[in-house]
Amino acid sequence: MTDDITTDLACKELVEIITDYLEGTLPERDRARFDAHILTCPPCREYVAEMNATLRLTGRLTVESISPGARDDLLRAFRRMKASSTEL
Amino acid sequence: MPSTTQTLRPGDRFTDIELADYGRTLPDTMGSQTIVRESDAELIALLRDGDEGAFARLIDAYSAPLLRLALAFVQSQSIAEEVVQETWMAVVTGIGRFEGRASVKTWLFKILTNIAKTRAQRERRTIPFSEFEVDKGDEPAVDPDRFLPASHPQWPHHWATPPQPWSMGPEGTALDRETMAVVRRALEDLPRAQQVVVALRDVHGWPAADVCAALDISEANQRVLLHRGRSRVRAVLERYFNDTATLCNAESISDTKQAGQ
Repeated sequence: MTDDITTDLACKELVEIITDYLEGTLPERDRARFDAHILTCPPCREYVAEMNATLRLTGRLTVESISPGARDDLLRAFRRMKASSTEL
Repeated sequence: MPSTTQTLRPGDRFTDIELADYGRTLPDTMGSQTIVRESDAELIALLRDGDEGAFARLIDAYSAPLLRLALAFVQSQSIAEEVVQETWMAVVTGIGRFEGRASVKTWLFKILTNIAKTRAQRERRTIPFSEFEVDKGDEPAVDPDRFLPASHPQWPHHWATPPQPWSMGPEGTALDRETMAVVRRALEDLPRAQQVVVALRDVHGWPAADVCAALDISEANQRVLLHRGRSRVRAVLERYFNDTATLCNAESISDTKQAGQ
């Protein structure tokens, strides 16, 4: 086996650089190692798929916003502000 | 969204292809992108004109992420809500003074951060800022015991206990609702700094640069917090899916036994 840079990425390392990979901040050389690794490593491919599934699930969480009452108060304040500025 | 045939082209990131495995649909664009369509200049002009619809859109787009951001500084949900309310009141009274040098978003962060910090000091319950400083300590994404030792002759640091495929229920099913509850819980259980970063990035869909600006942290710190947080959520989901699979297997085995009797 040649001492190819693409052969020396261990699974243990892959799980630590996956975020850099997904963020696009991994140096080109490491990205090539990452891509080469997952082509030949089904468990790591599974890991990457699970991380993507995690992001997708997290992205589906509904978000809590302010209450309708609080929203109404703000819109009322906004109207008052407008009224007072047009009076001037 | 129609499903497209995935083919691997040179330069494609492998993950783009892998996404199909879990039937990934792109997350709905969250917040500002969908609700506020005007440019900052148009928006400010509308607000100054007293356009209530524009103000309503602004509130609807940013209240949820601002609430999350406030929780980075104060401890309780109710105080965070007050901080957001105060922020919007400051916008109402301060819109005339907005100079447009920074984006509306950055302006909002700044108002909120100032109010939240003052409030946190008053409550003396501020989150130590050091929480957002990433320590050098190890927080492995995956239990080190799941990898072969460095001394392994053939596969050093490769999987000893590889991850197993997840069987997810289709959206809208009881299983899917249960899964979503697990995700929510996993997010809430994260250390605060990780939780805020993961929520702003992955729930609210903010770009990394906005999160760094809002929390005043470096890109590197943001990435470490994101990595640790996402890795923890994945680990929780893995445990959940593995347990569900074990349970299903146990049930089908006992079903078989009963059928045989």
